[in-house]
Amino acid sequence: MKDLLSVRALCKSYHRGAEEIKAVQDIDLDIREGEFVSFVGASGSGKTTLLHLLGCLDNPTAGELKLSDQIIYAHGKTLKEKKLTKIRAQHFGYIFQKFYLIPTLTVKENIMLPRAFYKIGAKGKDVFELAQSLGLEHRMNHLPKEISGGEMQRVAIARALINNPQILLADEPTGNLDSVRSGEIATILKDLNANQGITIILVTHNPELAKCASRVIELRDGRVV
Amino acid sequence: MLTIASIAYKNLLRKKIRSILTIFGIALSTWVLVSLLGFNRGYEDSLNKDIDNLGFQVLLTAKGCPYEAATLMLQGGAGLRYIPETVVDELYKDAEVDVLTPMLMQAVFDPEQGESGVMNAYLGVDPKTYPGMKSYLSFVQGGWFTDANAHEAVLGFEAAELEQREVGDMILIPDHDVEVKVVGVLARSGTQDDGTIFMPYKALQHIFDKDGLITSVGIKVHKDANIAAYEERLFQLPDVQVVSMASVKATISNLVSTARVMVLSIALIAILIAMVGVMNTILMSVFERYQEIGIMKSMGATLGHIFGLIWFETLILCLIGGVLGATLSVFFASLTDSLIRYLLPYSPTGSLVSIDIQLVFKAIAIITVIGVISGIYPAFKAAVIKPIEAIKSSEGEI
Repeated sequence: MKDLLSVRALCKSYHRGAEEIKAVQDIDLDIREGEFVSFVGASGSGKTTLLHLLGCLDNPTAGELKLSDQIIYAHGKTLKEKKLTKIRAQHFGYIFQKFYLIPTLTVKENIMLPRAFYKIGAKGKDVFELAQSLGLEHRMNHLPKEISGGEMQRVAIARALINNPQILLADEPTGNLDSVRSGEIATILKDLNANQGITIILVTHNPELAKCASRVIELRDGRVV
Repeated sequence: MLTIASIAYKNLLRKKIRSILTIFGIALSTWVLVSLLGFNRGYEDSLNKDIDNLGFQVLLTAKGCPYEAATLMLQGGAGLRYIPETVVDELYKDAEVDVLTPMLMQAVFDPEQGESGVMNAYLGVDPKTYPGMKSYLSFVQGGWFTDANAHEAVLGFEAAELEQREVGDMILIPDHDVEVKVVGVLARSGTQDDGTIFMPYKALQHIFDKDGLITSVGIKVHKDANIAAYEERLFQLPDVQVVSMASVKATISNLVSTARVMVLSIALIAILIAMVGVMNTILMSVFERYQEIGIMKSMGATLGHIFGLIWFETLILCLIGGVLGATLSVFFASLTDSLIRYLLPYSPTGSLVSIDIQLVFKAIAIITVIGVISGIYPAFKAAVIKPIEAIKSSEGEI
């Protein structure tokens, strides 16, 4: 398996008043195609920041970030926003603790939302097949307020998968769910990785969910332990 | 198929009351705009029509003599001044003159009419020249006089209603104990002629003991005549006043132009308020959806997509508001007409507000363009939202 994401000496710092916060420090990491990686660590350890950097949502302050053979960030320079937008749409799917569903759109429309911005053509997934695989087929015409939290997160997963991304980034995807619903989400993620070969990078506090990953990386004070 | 336009439309349903209020504000602005643009045209047209309906471009009267029946009646029939009838022959000598029509105005108080009496206006006219000048007058009954000296009367539409007379009936001129026969009743013209009793001026001279005298001469000049130069020559005549319909029109138009500038300023303020309303609504909507917009950008939405999304929302609001306002302005045109008529010191008899489909489309286009311009700032604010900032804001990190 070849490396899909590579980072070298990756750093991210920001200022809070006069104080400089080093959220991510000198991280070297390779994530291979089809891997299921989870980042664990205490709050403030830098795992979410690292996830945002890997997902091209945020810019590092130093180091190098590569997606396949494409340099995303190096020598203090990053790609232009237009190019980054295209990369995000083509390669990544994102799931967040909050589901961020559009309340005025139906489940089907929420799943289809990325297609309104990026036309992937035949490479994209069929919305009904996708909904069926996530147990949402009977909820397609419902509004988000009419479905449960577990279903909302499944809609968010479907939305992240509709454009057939290579990498699924999940930031505390079970943070707002009870243990039963968390178990359902864990099963779905494992299935996506095992049967569809999607690379998954997960940030979680949930040890049970972290165990789903083939590699668990612990962070402390912005460094890999 | 989910499109940017459908997402924009559905978002407006999220805060229905706010969207409705914004649409209502835009509709009111459009209503004001259409009505004012309609007034701009309608007033001018009606004024021109009224002046043209006079049938002559210049009116010559004795100095100080009221030349409108309404003025004469307001003065209780007093204040009439006379010029000798021979002036007509003198005036005909000028090459610019096409037709002249001598007129003799009289007013008589009739104590038998109404609750406490009514002032009747009699206009003595020349049966040979007057009907030709007033070609727009038509009859509901009868026709013009049979003879230049006949004791006959043609009643204006309202005068006939007031006198309750028909063709063949007799009317008595109070104080003079003379009966005249009604030979015609005019159709409603919307002018002061409706309230006038017309008689042959020779007969009226005789009845009122004004032989050889008239109160005014209506002058119609040749088509290509230099009216200004002709009026200058008339001013040289002693003891007469020259009422130029062209200058009357210009004076009224100037007054109306001043009023129009003021009213257009009010319309501009109304439009600016609507613009601020639209901007506020869309800006609030953008701030409320800060995280959503950030997430959309993480899904591949470009700056152009988000700008378009917000702009579409503005466009939808403006189009609905514009169409609604234009529709209201068409349906309530007569109400607007009455209101303006009430507010203006002078207004012509025709329709004051003239609204057609072209004007409606023009106003909707103006409102929409102004609306979408006001949507640029909120759309830009939304377009430059960074996904990471939106996500972090929801996590309470910034």
